[in-house]
Amino acid sequence: MAPPDGTAFLKDSTAIVGIGRTPFARRLPESEKALACRAVLAALADAGIAPSEVDAFASYTMEETDEVELAKAVGAGDVTFFSKVGYGGGGSCATLAHLAAAITTGQATVGVAWRSRKRGSGPRPWTDTTAQLPTPAQWTRPFGLLRPADEIAMLARRYMHEYGATRDHLFNVALACRNRANQNPAAIMYERPLTRDMYMTSRWISEPLCLFDNCLETDGALACVLVSAARARDCRHRPVYVHSAAQGLPAQHHGMVNYWNDDPLAGPAWTAARHLWKQADFGPEDVDVAQIYDAFTPLIPLSLEGYGFCGRGEGGAFTEGGALETGGRLPLNTAGGGLSEAYVHGFNLITEGVRQLRGTSTAQVPGAETCLVTAGEGVPTSAVLLRN
Amino acid sequence: MTELLTPVVDDDGAPFWEYAARGELRVQACAAAGCGAMRFPPRPCCPRCGSFAAVWRRTSGKGRIWSYVVPHPPLLPGYAALVPYHPVLVELADAPHIRLVGNLVARAGAPLDSVAPGRLRIGARVQAVFADQGGVVVPRWVLERP
Repeated sequence: MAPPDGTAFLKDSTAIVGIGRTPFARRLPESEKALACRAVLAALADAGIAPSEVDAFASYTMEETDEVELAKAVGAGDVTFFSKVGYGGGGSCATLAHLAAAITTGQATVGVAWRSRKRGSGPRPWTDTTAQLPTPAQWTRPFGLLRPADEIAMLARRYMHEYGATRDHLFNVALACRNRANQNPAAIMYERPLTRDMYMTSRWISEPLCLFDNCLETDGALACVLVSAARARDCRHRPVYVHSAAQGLPAQHHGMVNYWNDDPLAGPAWTAARHLWKQADFGPEDVDVAQIYDAFTPLIPLSLEGYGFCGRGEGGAFTEGGALETGGRLPLNTAGGGLSEAYVHGFNLITEGVRQLRGTSTAQVPGAETCLVTAGEGVPTSAVLLRN
Repeated sequence: MTELLTPVVDDDGAPFWEYAARGELRVQACAAAGCGAMRFPPRPCCPRCGSFAAVWRRTSGKGRIWSYVVPHPPLLPGYAALVPYHPVLVELADAPHIRLVGNLVARAGAPLDSVAPGRLRIGARVQAVFADQGGVVVPRWVLERP
């Protein structure tokens, strides 16, 4: 229902009706394009919608398969909306926000968002020293701050120093994700339990972050299909509504090297969260399950604070007492997340959110009705609240 | 010191490196009357008042370590050879919201691994010094009380 001033609300106006994915592996033989096609066709089959009905696409950087290639390969119809969001993993949920806006305002009817990535067998982006990343690299990389892990470790050490967060708190994050992956046959780490001893004695990547504080390196692709709420009710599965959606680029933010403002520890999550909750009918205390972007474990306490699950500086302590485990205060990344299921720039967090609200997760939260899904924290980000 | 990256200098940032070559740590500041806001990284106009007039204000070169990391391989080869080096983030005494990434060294020309990681402390007072890195003069940092 349109408000009287002619604008349109996104709240519950669209729903995810199809999800699809390829297998996940360190190395898959097919190209990113072929994997993208498989994931998109699987999502459309899941929705029961013909590819010829697709008229909108949304993706995010560094997606290498463009809309032209994908649309002609899967047999899309005439496409009237296509969008690509920047900032790597920060764009995952924004694809849904853009499709929801397009469908709600009548620019398209069937939207597909996707991510295909060969980060497992392909090159590590930070090893490319000629193509500078869209960050102020001249101020950071010459001094040996080379990788995303280094850039986040800088914030992590300060966070631990200011608030007394410990490596055990970061371990709690890694363990919760690993435990859920151990329940998920599709997860890379399905048969690989993690212990505190393994964590504490593992090799460093960038102190204070160790191997298990870092996400996986995975080949794989995922997709989802979005339609209007009215159409969703006729689809094959229980609709999962996009209740609220937000992007976040805070004032005076600098990307992952956010070192040049008053408060580097209050990242884009805070900005996205304010907009997300402002539009929503419920608050953080009503979220049944969360899929929070976990390229690195410290992003979880930072995001828990940003999205309002606890106060500033309390994100480490929040993880104590099994809070992130099944049955805890906020079950986290219930398919294993980027740390233990697959790292596909966070798109697997979206599809797991959908499974939770369909009731088909391998680590199902009983009766889950609401799910927060977030994109990469530390870069311009995005988030969605899903409900069933 | 082999194969370290050098800054990819852009128009906005060029004066920083030119002053560094003279042994001066300068930060871009708004030149509009009544503003004077210091900003980093450099950019065309002032985010506070919109003025395109800028000056490069000399700083004392004093700061405190805000945070630091100790990277371990996999790294680019030139840096892997220097493990355990330790990029630091230095909060400038003259502009606390500006924190420069750099390296703590024993003295101006010393290599990046010349200070043991155990010597690093958040809050430690440091002073800028300058060193050549692949043909570009960059700031480095030494402890005020080594």
